[in-house]
Amino acid sequence: MSGPGGIATLADHKRKRIDELIARTSDAGGVSLIRDAGRRLLRNPTAIVGAVLILLFLIIAIFAPLVAPHDPVQRFPELTKDLTVDNIPGATAGHPLGSDPLGRDFASRMIYGARQTLFVGVLATLIGLLLGVLLGAIAGAVGGWVDVLVMRLTDVMLALPSLLLAITLVALASRSTQWTVIIAVAVVNVPIFARLLRGSMLAQRESDHVLAARALGVRQRHIVLRHMLPNSLTAVIVQATLTFAVAILDAAALSFLGLGDPDINRAEWGLMLGVDGVRYFEVRPELAYFPALAIILVALGFTLLGESIREALDPKNRR
Amino acid sequence: MVRVILRRLIQLAVTLIVLMTLVFFWLRSLPGGPVDALLGERATPQTRELLTRALGYDQPIWVQYGRFLENVVTGNFGNSIRTGEPVMDVISRSFPATIELALAAIIIAVGLGIPLGYLAARHRGRVLDNATIIVTLIGISIPIFFLGYLLKDWLTQSVHLFPPSGRISTGLGNTDVTGFFVLDGLLTRELDASADALWHLVLPAFTLATIPLAIIIRITRASVLDVLDEDYIRTADAKGLRGPTIRRRHVLRNALLPVVTTIGLQTGALLAGAVLTEKVYNWGGLGTLITDSIGGSRDYPVLQALILLAAVVFIVVNLLVDLSYAIIDPRVRVK
Amino acid sequence: MPLLDVRDLSVVFQRKGTAPVKAVDGVSFTVEPGQTVGLVGESGCGKSVTSLAIMGLLPRRGNKVTGEVMFEETDLLTLRPQELRDRRGRDIGMIFQDPLSSLNPVIPLGVQVAEVLERHQGRTRQAALKQARELLDAVGIPDPARRLKEFPHQLSGGMRQRALIAIALACKPRLLIADEPTTALDVTIQAQILTLLKELVDDSGTALVMITHDLGVVAGLCDTVNVLYAGKVVERAGRHQLFREPRHPYTDGLLQSVPRLDVDRGGRLHQIRGSVSDNIPWPEGCAFAPRCDRVIDDCIGDTVPLEPTRAGALRCTNPVPREVPV
Repeated sequence: MSGPGGIATLADHKRKRIDELIARTSDAGGVSLIRDAGRRLLRNPTAIVGAVLILLFLIIAIFAPLVAPHDPVQRFPELTKDLTVDNIPGATAGHPLGSDPLGRDFASRMIYGARQTLFVGVLATLIGLLLGVLLGAIAGAVGGWVDVLVMRLTDVMLALPSLLLAITLVALASRSTQWTVIIAVAVVNVPIFARLLRGSMLAQRESDHVLAARALGVRQRHIVLRHMLPNSLTAVIVQATLTFAVAILDAAALSFLGLGDPDINRAEWGLMLGVDGVRYFEVRPELAYFPALAIILVALGFTLLGESIREALDPKNRR
Repeated sequence: MVRVILRRLIQLAVTLIVLMTLVFFWLRSLPGGPVDALLGERATPQTRELLTRALGYDQPIWVQYGRFLENVVTGNFGNSIRTGEPVMDVISRSFPATIELALAAIIIAVGLGIPLGYLAARHRGRVLDNATIIVTLIGISIPIFFLGYLLKDWLTQSVHLFPPSGRISTGLGNTDVTGFFVLDGLLTRELDASADALWHLVLPAFTLATIPLAIIIRITRASVLDVLDEDYIRTADAKGLRGPTIRRRHVLRNALLPVVTTIGLQTGALLAGAVLTEKVYNWGGLGTLITDSIGGSRDYPVLQALILLAAVVFIVVNLLVDLSYAIIDPRVRVK
Repeated sequence: MPLLDVRDLSVVFQRKGTAPVKAVDGVSFTVEPGQTVGLVGESGCGKSVTSLAIMGLLPRRGNKVTGEVMFEETDLLTLRPQELRDRRGRDIGMIFQDPLSSLNPVIPLGVQVAEVLERHQGRTRQAALKQARELLDAVGIPDPARRLKEFPHQLSGGMRQRALIAIALACKPRLLIADEPTTALDVTIQAQILTLLKELVDDSGTALVMITHDLGVVAGLCDTVNVLYAGKVVERAGRHQLFREPRHPYTDGLLQSVPRLDVDRGGRLHQIRGSVSDNIPWPEGCAFAPRCDRVIDDCIGDTVPLEPTRAGALRCTNPVPREVPV
């Protein structure tokens, strides 16, 4: 599975788990498996709960301007009036969740937060996925020293705990912006996706349905596009769903460490929790409770959905 | 077996060399290069010139690279920008604190995780099992620094059960032998210091243990369920063996195999979690060192040493895990 | 008095959200002491489930077992789990289809043999290991002292099945249930294992229930044969009787689909059309009817009872006629 003269022990284990995922999702092939999995998914209450959670947050994110009572960056005189570091006004008429430390409407910031948080999570996941898939596909397709190089690089990246790698990457940039956070969190996931895609492609090259297609004289390009890619992508989609939860949590952790987006107007849950939430925890813990709850629920939603999809695709559960 | 270890050690060396190379070029790719990183942007051209020559940055790149490798191998990472002390001194001072915390977290995660996962599997589909699944799902979905603040708020502010921060109360444990405060107290017979240090350890350790604990519970549960379905368990039943014998001898041993691997992988999560946990509880270990090294001006000499250290710890722990795996699973031993 | 008397045994699987499945439907048969009885049928006919139900090895949840399994004087189905454990491995031994997965991969073979002796005969580990060595020797495993310390993956498939036989027979049970014991083995090994089994049960007087889909196994081993189809016994007869004069069209079909060297070399092999899942969609009538060449209207009407015959028993409204002696 791994390239010649494998490097790191660390990665061996992560690699093994990725390979397991590949084995589970890529053997037994094609459309009927996916249709089967879809049917099982719809009957699985866990999947439904996950999907409903995600959908709920998606709707809030899309319709934030309609749902939110106020502009998330506007400071309100009635809130700033008595505002001190020791006194942040709670719920009042017109401001159901009270004020944030700068006299802005907390409820509106929470609602707009869905947008920014999903934006960070989706983008970080997508960038990681695209780079990883590209890298994995190149390694798999070109082979030779390119493959070796790519695999060694991913080994090294997997040797560092993901958050530590993200910290390092942010530290690399001279100053933080929203994009350094997104990119750092995205890059952490590149080796995972790269290995996943490459491994899945290699595994399938030898699988029965691809051999059968080849024996029937189906053209190489057709085999790759119609037979191999769809199967590899199911594994990638499962991983992406699970990655999303991790991405949001990592972004929040970076904010907490002071490496987050410095824009004080930005309403993003990780930022709200990691900066104001913990700073004013003793004054007004709600500033932490609400974004934390939102993060837990949305991470939970993606984890539930991802694991249900994985379970549904597992040929073991095919009865 | 010896060959496996040797091969792994070579792999370790290769990974480290690649990593060091990346770190080397990373430092040189910084805007203004490492000299600016060390001096800041306001330094005069003269100082800059001086330092460039002193550090050998006027030499060809391959000479620099060679000297860099030599320094790393001899543990000479230069001086911290923040404090001016040698990097190795700074790190070895913070090292015991983090190890103490991480060990406590691992003990909690393994000591609670395996029994709880096992119990959940035995009660499959019933209340206990479902409750466990929900709690562990929340455990991996919660930002652990938030959980840290939550525990701190409930158990040190609302109820004065635990101390809110630090490793030991002031005035206690003045004799520093190993740097592991719980152990130091025992060695110097200051039992009150040991107990106090242990008391300080409880909340941070539980906070840090959250994610590994949740994951170990889930893996153990899934693994036990897999094993219960195995044919050899049916054979054991057909032999008429007693329930406890089957569980101890046949189920647990096989079910632990994937758990052992997981424990190795979780050291990664532990290192990352330590950064967050130490900040919450003002712990003063390597995690705090990382936070301090990136806050304000970035302390690159310390950072690069910490990155290499993290990789070494992770790789070595997983090597040990592999070896213990070979002890449990005869199939690996032979290969 | 029979050693084992299975009366009207039924097993219904019930999984949440799915219709209940009747895997075993009123199966009755007896095993006399020292006798070898075959349960024959294609996969999915309920033969393995029957054996697991007799042993009380079906998963505790998701199924319902009714009927009686009289072992000597006791109904095994009414025993408390602990009492059943005391009997399994001591009075009744069992061997399974896949010898590799049926042995624990991380425990030395010696312990896996010894533990059954420790459990039922109160041996110490040391005494049990000594006896285990003799047992391995008796089932034809060479160099048993060394094998005791080895792990299942170090043994060949045939060795593993021999080891499982040694385990099952360690406490000299009065009944051995063998569930497809040769299916996972190479053809050359199959014959060795069957010969070994036959020798061992003949020498020790152990009764054997042989579960198989392979009529060749039946022909070489069994005194009495029960043919199962869709969870029901459809025909029972002595071995010679069954092979000479099958009455049920299903039995007849099975026999005709075995390649034979002595007749009709040029002709095609007979095959039974359809598969075991092609049942009539209502509970009454003969389950084999949709696949049967001899089907008549009565077959799909009322429940067809199992009627005693001179040779044994038969469940068929339109059986294959006996050959009339000329």
